[in-house]
Amino acid sequence: MTGRLRTETAFANPDDFYDALIEAHRGLSEEQSAQLNAKLILLLANHVGDLDVIREALALARGDGTS
Amino acid sequence: MPRFVHPAFDYRRSSDQDAARPARHKVIVIGAGLVGLTAALDLAQRGVKVLLLDDDNTVSVGSRSICQAKRTLEIWDRLGCAAPMLDKGVTWQVGRIFRGGQEVYNFDLQPEGGHRFPAFINLQQYYVEQFLLERLRGQQGVEIRWRNKVTGIAAHSDGVRLTVETPDGLYDLEADWLIAADGARSAIRRLMSLKFIGREFQDRFLIADLHLPEPPFGRRGPTERWFWFEPTFHKGDSALLHRQADDVWRLDFQLGADADPDEECKPERVTPRVKAALGADFGFEFEWLSVYRFQCRRLERFRHGRVLFAGDSAHQVSPFGARGGNSGVQDADNLAWKLAMVVTGEAPERLLDSYDAERGPAADENILASSRSTDFMSPKTSVARQFRDAVLALAERLPFARRLINSGRLSVASVLENSPLSTPDRDPFPAAMRPGSPAADAPLRTAGRDCWLLEQLRGGFTGLYFGETDVAACVPVIRIGRGAFEDRDGLALQRYDGRPGTFYLFRPDQHVAARWRSFDPAALGAALARATGRA
Repeated sequence: MTGRLRTETAFANPDDFYDALIEAHRGLSEEQSAQLNAKLILLLANHVGDLDVIREALALARGDGTS
Repeated sequence: MPRFVHPAFDYRRSSDQDAARPARHKVIVIGAGLVGLTAALDLAQRGVKVLLLDDDNTVSVGSRSICQAKRTLEIWDRLGCAAPMLDKGVTWQVGRIFRGGQEVYNFDLQPEGGHRFPAFINLQQYYVEQFLLERLRGQQGVEIRWRNKVTGIAAHSDGVRLTVETPDGLYDLEADWLIAADGARSAIRRLMSLKFIGREFQDRFLIADLHLPEPPFGRRGPTERWFWFEPTFHKGDSALLHRQADDVWRLDFQLGADADPDEECKPERVTPRVKAALGADFGFEFEWLSVYRFQCRRLERFRHGRVLFAGDSAHQVSPFGARGGNSGVQDADNLAWKLAMVVTGEAPERLLDSYDAERGPAADENILASSRSTDFMSPKTSVARQFRDAVLALAERLPFARRLINSGRLSVASVLENSPLSTPDRDPFPAAMRPGSPAADAPLRTAGRDCWLLEQLRGGFTGLYFGETDVAACVPVIRIGRGAFEDRDGLALQRYDGRPGTFYLFRPDQHVAARWRSFDPAALGAALARATGRA
């Protein structure tokens, strides 16, 4: 992958990020969790604000999702 | 292939059992495990008499804590017993993560050279305890009483009274100070009715320690840590493989929450699991089987007046990350010099409060790391599982996802951040080797002989000075410069940012207490007072 999507870690402490992500879902039903994830993607995509980068991420996610 | 034979230590009746009034000892340590033995050895080498009581009469039954970390080896080297452990143990530094049959990635825990000790050795706890005991045998001022079980304690402001059960019946003892290193099921903790607070995880795991005639998994049979998510050979979330001394191998299988601990420990239940992993024709013999559940818990405080808790009695973590035994040995390392100074009157009693202030946050750090690993390895909800699986799927191709895989964050030495004993930096320094950090090792040379920096830090407080002339300090000083120690690979300079004039003050446990860009006797005196609880 030679696009502009950053695939090296961006976090000084990746475990802190992962913990915050899992923690955000605590106590939610599966449906609520799916809603949270959808909102989260929209928020982060807007923050990225670069459709080329987002398309790259979409392709990677879709490609890996079936493996 | 060699097999370990458990020694049987004799119970010997002590004259204390016939005394008209309870004999009083300076320091009694409860529990002759990794932590108690380390603490007793350290105290004895600092000239403090120690009585060690253990309710059993042998070393660890089962390999238990097998991964001995670099910092732990450095501590045992300071106490003079790391060499035989290094000889006997299996040195490793590479870990491999698999998903199913596919390797996802691997990591090297010690990519840089110039360290005397490796990131880890695997050595069964019984060997470690045996080497510690051998070292203790040559040591003045330590007595061990086997089959002495504490059944009662009365803690007072100036000491404790114990009731001890022996094959000859009960007797009482007194101590000025008590170290409770009596493990996760600490009798002292129970007798003092102290709460052990935290999480209990529901998943059960099986440890199968096996004698194997040859390395498993063909030629690739590893002196490495292998971890499988969703292994092909086991219906469960994870499995782990470690090589130990004497061609003993540990296989750890995640069994799930519904597993019956008594049933799953039976050899006829374990045999098919092992055959599935290693191949039906692979010969093996069981050495030790254990089914366990994680706990991540701690005492609120590690010091209760004259009673000090160390190791698993004070805090308990999951085994993934090797943070149990290793953090316990660091507890002993932190506690021994402080208690020795208090006992000999060189420091006030409040120095011991810093034991809790320093090792409490270290325990929190270990509990957090260990809980997170556990949550990653056995996801509790379907969304957590989805994220876990997504991370694993992305990790084969994308580096950021590899960093998220958590199969245990392996024990590294704790930096004692914000310690009351540390003098904050006054001069500009990089963050590495900041006050509270354990001293980094470096290869040195003196009088035509190669040596190591940490070898020079074996007594009390010691200075490290980068300069061309000696300085008159109130502590012994290791000078790196002409006519003194030669920094043979330039690594001391690099690791300590040792520009000319730089001075570090190390504590007896080799942690940095203070540092300056020039030698300042007044500042050194103040830092020393602070580091010994006198300021």
